[in-house]
Formats: sequence, C-alpha cells, structure tokens
Amino acid sequence: MQFWEWIKQPWPWYVAGPLIGLVVPLLLIMGNKTFGVSSSLRHICAACIPANIPFFKYNWRKETWNLFFVTGIILGAIIATNWLNNGAPIAVDPKLVNDLKQYNIHNYSSIVPVDLFNWPSLLTVRGFLLMVVGGFLVGFGTRYAGGCTSGHAIMGLSNLQWPSLVATCCFMIGGFITANLILPVILHL
Amino acid sequence: METRDIISQPTIRETNTDFEVRSLDTICINESRIQHSWWHSLKYLLAGLFFGILLIKAEVISWFRIQEMFRLQSFHMYGVIGTAVVTGIISVWLIKKFKVKTIYGEPIELHPKQFNKGQVYGGLLFGAGWAMTGACPGPLYALIGTGATVIIIVLLSAVAGTWVYGRLREKLPH
Repeated sequence: MQFWEWIKQPWPWYVAGPLIGLVVPLLLIMGNKTFGVSSSLRHICAACIPANIPFFKYNWRKETWNLFFVTGIILGAIIATNWLNNGAPIAVDPKLVNDLKQYNIHNYSSIVPVDLFNWPSLLTVRGFLLMVVGGFLVGFGTRYAGGCTSGHAIMGLSNLQWPSLVATCCFMIGGFITANLILPVILHL
Repeated sequence: METRDIISQPTIRETNTDFEVRSLDTICINESRIQHSWWHSLKYLLAGLFFGILLIKAEVISWFRIQEMFRLQSFHMYGVIGTAVVTGIISVWLIKKFKVKTIYGEPIELHPKQFNKGQVYGGLLFGAGWAMTGACPGPLYALIGTGATVIIIVLLSAVAGTWVYGRLREKLPH
C-alpha cells in the first residue's frame, strides 16, 4: 500500500511542523490548556518530593492534565516506533557522519545514538556528562527560563510574547556554544 | 481591540489562588476553572499521543538532528520549528479574532509572559542541556517510548534539576 509506505518514512518538516503547531489550538480548545511540557517536571516534584519548598507547594492535582499529556507522548512514541516505522537507519548529513566518526559514533540504526546513550556508558565520564549532567541542565534550565521549546518557542511565540523570543534566542545561543565548543571536548573523553 | 479584551480580563488575577505557580511562569498552566472527573483528562492523553507520534516521525527528538541544527548542517529542525510557530501564530490569532471557546464553552484565556533574567540564564543553561542530551523535556518522554530505557535516567536527572532550581530559587537572580 502506497499510503502506508509513505507514513512509515520520516515525515518532512513541512508536514510535521504545521501538525506540531496545531497542538497549540488543540489544547486551548480542549480545555484552556497552554502547550508546555517542562512544567510536568515541576508537577512530578510537587507530587513526589515537595520537601516544603514554596515553589512546589501548589495544587498539582489541578494540573494532572499535563501528566496525562506526557503519558500520551510516551504511548505515541511507542506506537510510532513499533508500527509506523520502516526500520531504515536515520539519514543524517554526510558532514555530521564524518565529524562523528572521530568520536567512534557509527551506529545510525536508532533515533537515539546507541554508541552514546546506553546503560554501560552511564558509568563512563562521557556518558555521565551527556546523560546525567545534560539531563540536569535540561530540568534546571527550563524551569529557570520558565519554559522549554514547547512552552516558549512554540506556545510563547504563537502568542507573540517577546520574553519567549528572548528565551528562545538564549536556548539557541546556549546550544550553539555547547554543540560546537564544549561537546567536542566531551565526546573526545 | 478584541485581543486586548481577552488578555486583560481583570477576573483572571482575582480568581487565581495558585499565585506561586503563576508568579514566574505564566506558561504550562491550567487555565480552566471547571472541575471535571479524571476521565475527562484522557483527551489530553490522546493529544499527547498525537504529539508523541509527530515527535518521532519528524525525528526532531533525535540527538543527530539536534547536532545538525546546531552545526547548521541541515534545515530540517528550523523548518519544523518555524512552520510550527507560524501555524501556532495563525491559530492563536484566529482564536482571538473569533473569540473561540473551549469545548466546554469557556472563553479561551491567554496570559502575557513577564520578562525576567531567568529567561536569559535559564535559557542558556537549557540550550547547553539540549545540545548535550539532544532532547528537551517533551522528547525525553518520547525517547523513553522508543525503547531507549536509559533515557529514564536523563529524565530523572531533569526532575532533579527542576527540584534543585525550586530549592535555590530565592537565591538565584531573576
């Protein structure tokens, strides 16, 4: 079936991008919810480890919709990976393939670079920095900035909020510096 | 004119009892004041499912694609984020223009965001984490769904980062 074959390929940006943008009105119309994922991390803290910190003392039960939303993300990913996938390796720019060769990254079979993100490498300096320190920065930075790519870059910009534009520019600056100057050092470890 | 009305309804602040949630983040917050049974939330599970499929099929959650973006080797990520933002802008504009209501008949409320220095410092730190892990919070959940179980550690670390921010919040410049 032609259609099914097409669905199983990676989707081009001009298909996926507008569909991602439609999540904004979808959540607003479903029940006045503003699109954003990083706040789910805060709700998890508030629900599990509030530790009397004022920042986590609020009625998180009112925000459970966000936890349903992120559970949905996991389920959607399971569906897409198992049933909407043609099993082809991820096609990346030849320049990147060439750059990554020097760090012993050869496996493009999965959307996650298996050479970097795996359980045994957690115990290496490189893996620890990428996964544990990187993850910490994601959680700390998004909350400090008051949002992530979905909350600021997509939702905030959709509502033409200039603080979100500032945040989005800072995400990009932080990413450019890290990917080009710091990451090569970490990958060499 | 119409958009002003929606944004500046004075009732919003008065009825908000969760001031602490609002004080610095006006985003990612439940704007609805209607109480529902838990199963009403299942529709957000479906919305998340839709979003999760998109994240995987667009490959925007791949560490490889993030590296391409930050090394200016591919237009893909810029295309996805750019068209998503344009679609969002048009959608929000239409919602304001036609005063679209939720499926429960509530008026849709959108709040302006306040600027604070956290958007700069936090933004830079998150950008660094994004380049390292190749994932922002949404993709972390999606990556776990792909079967990469080790990403659970990355997610837990992100929860720890959020907690530490909450702990240190008063001492940090905002």
